[in-house]
Amino acid sequence: MARALDLRGRGDGADRAFRGLAVGAATVVLVVLGLIAATMTRRALPVLEHMGPGFFTSTRWSPADEEFGALPFVWGTLYTAAIAIVIAVPVSLGVALFITQLAPQRLKRPLVYLVDLLAVVPSVVFGLWGILVLSPHLGRSFLTAGIILAIMIIPIITSLSREVIETTPQPEKEAAYGLGATRWEMILASVWPHSKGGLVGAVMLGLGRAMGETIAAALVIGSALGQITVDPLAPGNSMPAVIANEWGEADELHKSALIALAVLLFIITIIVNLVASSIVRRSMARTAGRRT
Amino acid sequence: MVATPASPASPASPASSKAPVTARPLHAAPVPVARPSAADMLSVAEPVFEIADLEVYYGKFRAVRNVNMTIRKHQITAFIGPSGCGKTTVLRCMNRMNDLVAGARVGGTLRYHGVDLYDPQVSATEVRRRIGMVFQKPNPFPKSIYDNVAYGPRLSGIRDRAKLDEIVETSLRAAALWDEVKDRLRDSALGMSGGQQQRLCIARTVAVEPEVVLMDEPCSALDPIATARIEELMRELVSRFTIVIVTHNMQQAARVSDTTAFFTAELDPSADRRCGLLVEFGATSKLFSNPQDERTENYITGRFG
Repeated sequence: MARALDLRGRGDGADRAFRGLAVGAATVVLVVLGLIAATMTRRALPVLEHMGPGFFTSTRWSPADEEFGALPFVWGTLYTAAIAIVIAVPVSLGVALFITQLAPQRLKRPLVYLVDLLAVVPSVVFGLWGILVLSPHLGRSFLTAGIILAIMIIPIITSLSREVIETTPQPEKEAAYGLGATRWEMILASVWPHSKGGLVGAVMLGLGRAMGETIAAALVIGSALGQITVDPLAPGNSMPAVIANEWGEADELHKSALIALAVLLFIITIIVNLVASSIVRRSMARTAGRRT
Repeated sequence: MVATPASPASPASPASSKAPVTARPLHAAPVPVARPSAADMLSVAEPVFEIADLEVYYGKFRAVRNVNMTIRKHQITAFIGPSGCGKTTVLRCMNRMNDLVAGARVGGTLRYHGVDLYDPQVSATEVRRRIGMVFQKPNPFPKSIYDNVAYGPRLSGIRDRAKLDEIVETSLRAAALWDEVKDRLRDSALGMSGGQQQRLCIARTVAVEPEVVLMDEPCSALDPIATARIEELMRELVSRFTIVIVTHNMQQAARVSDTTAFFTAELDPSADRRCGLLVEFGATSKLFSNPQDERTENYITGRFG
């Protein structure tokens, strides 16, 4: 007598538990992010009511007169981050290409280790070094801050670029070498198209770090209020730096203004990241074989 | 014809009783395939590669030894043999592609038109422009079809648009691909089928006008119809190029090649590891119908052991 075929198996208890854990972890992150955004926005409202759109457009920041215009700090953040990127990207790509393409095997590991070591130096150390070594020549200025930020983001951009570049498949490199390409020509033909999406991502992560860096920037940027200038040697201020510098002595409205700055910084970094990921996605799609 | 049998203790000397294959006249070889002109060339064609006592090491590991052969102009030479026999290794030495492998080095000599390819004066880049390569897996650049073919000529400094257009067209025609792609030269090469991609890689190689085209199992990733097209293409291309092909497929070697080299892997007594070696080298028809070495016979009859 044949019994009914039993295909119920061992049950999927473990699978369900794993699923619950994964979904739970993902939810916690979202909830925390949501709470941060909600609290910060709520605390930022008083200054926005007080200043209106002027908060975003005014160039005057004078807590004593209850005048809070964020524009100089937005400028300082973007300008120092831009200086940092201009310096850090060529250096990082150069180091990454050297490590992956040129360095002899026995040099590779020490180099990787050295660059990664740069990433664990506390930012206050970079800031103090900037005061001691750069400020005597460059003053406390946009440029000094930009250079310090560049040094701080070089390890991030370098190690991400190195990993991206190393994923270039050997057959793609051999395609170029097989046609008589030199190493540099191979890098342009094989490594670059394969890696550019990831490299943009690496640069954007560096940019995010540079815009958000607080203490090093606060130490060397000069803490000048209301400076919007392209003069790299002028003292200025950035959003995170002004928050760190003024929080201690701020009254209620002033605190609200600093919180609003933080929200603004948050929004700007999110926009930068969204733009970056769309660039990465588009460039991936192109190399994956859609029409050029 | 039999290569000097394994005598790993001493490097094979040219004066030994069994002369290296390179010295043997090939005029006795019967017509290998229905292509009389090629048969004439078997005896008269000038040597392109003269390989003597070649051995290749990866670090301390000797991957292949005892390779002696002469590869002649406008012939298709097939390298066959089981996995690990060193056939791809030897092929990749012939355009210095093995330079890319850390720790790879060669012993013996590998002469190309009389020039030692491993002479320190020789530039690997220059070698690869003359000796092109088609790989196992089609590896077009993530660029348009046009830019793939124009890549090599652009490297050599050709910028003139009309000239490039002409090279692209003739190369694609040579690779029997022109009619399929002429209306979509600007499309990404990655959107093509595997067989088309491989023919594009052939077109790309042909575009730099090399003298030799090395093919490393060019059909192993392709279906039988695409394979047949590539084989047909090789027969056409051999009038312009010298072709060396590594293949796992004995029928393919028998179908397309004029000359065949059979490699096998044997225990290397000096290292206690398996090491590849050349067993037999000669006209394809002869090697398949009347192999001189028992190991060749066992392999081609399927009694490999």
